[in-house]
Amino acid sequence: MTDGPPPRFISPHAEGEFYWTAGADGSLRLQRCGACGRYIHPPGPVCPYCHSRDLNPGPVSGKGTVATFTINRKEWIPGFEPPYVFALVELDEDPTIRIGTNIVGCAVEDVAIGMRVEVEFEENGEWFVPLFHPLDES
Amino acid sequence: MTEPLERQAIISGAAQSDIGRRLYRSGLDLTVEASLRAIEDAGLTVDDIDGISTYPGMGGPFGGCSGAELHDTLRFSLNWRDGAAETSGQLGAVHKAVLAVAAGLARHVLVFRTVVEGSRGAVRAGGGGGGGMGGMPPAFQYLIPYGVTSAANWIACYAQRHMHEYGTTREQLGAIAINARTNAASNPKAIYTDPMSMEDYLGIRTISDPFGLYDCDVPCDGSTVVIVSHRDYAPDAPNGAVHVNAMGTALRHRPSWDQFDDLTTMAMRDSASSMWERTELTAADVDTAQLYDGFSWLAMVWIEALGFCGKGEGGPFVEGGARIAPDGELPLNTWGGQLSGGRLHGFGFLYEGVMQLRGTADVQVSDCEVAAIGAGGGPESGCLLLTKGIR
Ligand SMILES: [Zn+2]
Repeated sequence: MTDGPPPRFISPHAEGEFYWTAGADGSLRLQRCGACGRYIHPPGPVCPYCHSRDLNPGPVSGKGTVATFTINRKEWIPGFEPPYVFALVELDEDPTIRIGTNIVGCAVEDVAIGMRVEVEFEENGEWFVPLFHPLDES
Repeated sequence: MTEPLERQAIISGAAQSDIGRRLYRSGLDLTVEASLRAIEDAGLTVDDIDGISTYPGMGGPFGGCSGAELHDTLRFSLNWRDGAAETSGQLGAVHKAVLAVAAGLARHVLVFRTVVEGSRGAVRAGGGGGGGMGGMPPAFQYLIPYGVTSAANWIACYAQRHMHEYGTTREQLGAIAINARTNAASNPKAIYTDPMSMEDYLGIRTISDPFGLYDCDVPCDGSTVVIVSHRDYAPDAPNGAVHVNAMGTALRHRPSWDQFDDLTTMAMRDSASSMWERTELTAADVDTAQLYDGFSWLAMVWIEALGFCGKGEGGPFVEGGARIAPDGELPLNTWGGQLSGGRLHGFGFLYEGVMQLRGTADVQVSDCEVAAIGAGGGPESGCLLLTKGIR
């Protein structure tokens, strides 16, 4: 992707707005249940596991693993310039949750399943969009 | 096993409108054409039809025509009507018609799916889903911002993981596309009929890795209608009755494009297993499979889900194309599928299954008595097991 952020058409649902603003302080947040401690994604009005409504955004490490991805090579949206990688990232805190994202900071051909990645944020209007780049753990 | 309710239903009639890339005709026009043909095919008149069922109903994706429009245009007098997208995939419209007949709510239900994609000029290189940005359901709000508006992207992620875990190759996906193209050459209504080699298949640009253009189905215009009747009518159906043996409707995990529990299969895993729970027949009894190929990989996972091979073995199963050819052990998508026949959105497979069991298909499978029909992908799917005569 080049020349400034692409159009992302973010229009959050009631429970999801925090997801797109949490990055203002540099940390990714997921909805977390105060009763059972599970993370919930996408966020909702009730914990699907224990039905508690004690739900709040909880910070996560922002580190995870690419579960799968595709290199998109077609322009679907003007201003969203191909090629770019869409990936599903499994977070370290709960690998059953997958975060949809773009992988940045490396060539599209270098993205692989199993690759370790870490969150960064793209300022896009009023939103902080979670993106992921390769994580060097050596 | 007590007799499943669906055994009370037959398909007494089936027909299609003209099908083409761009017909410049309204969805209603095409639906009326297919409806009148199907009613005649069933040996019935408009006055005999007392039910209508359609997918996805008014306002649904690739919409062609609502049930109400058809109802009013042919002045049907109905005891039951239904049209909705939140169901067991495209075949949900058939499932519900079968239930209505078995429950006695209706005796002859006209079931249709009409698409008018080509003429809308919306030539999109990729199948279902996709689309608008505003007011999208919450689940899509975590996909669309990342430049993935098409099911091509979402399904590509699953195909990629399938390749990673099982060693599935592009050539194996290509075997499905080439089989479809080869069969389409004998189907006068098919959209793509020029021969395609593996070199052609591999030579095209990728759209969303691992999918290239020939892994994506082709938009078209057309309407498909079947008449679902009570089995009491079977002796009077002039073109024979195709019996409903079992239907599969389950979705036992999250209805999600990105949060499904297994990234190497989709909703068909559950609908297929629920179908086999309702019949004494097994995968070994199936003479032909007509399986959704909105993307080539979907047909491969349908093959796995229905148990024609083991999980993850879909690639080797289709490799080279011999097993899925019309004279192979599992003749697949004998009409050309949506990849070459056209995106009739699930109902092309149903129509072909009926023709195969009647023995009147363009590419006829010999001694065809049991057909498995599967439609859908992502978080919605459904299937049918159809038989020639009651089993
Ligand atoms: Zn909880």
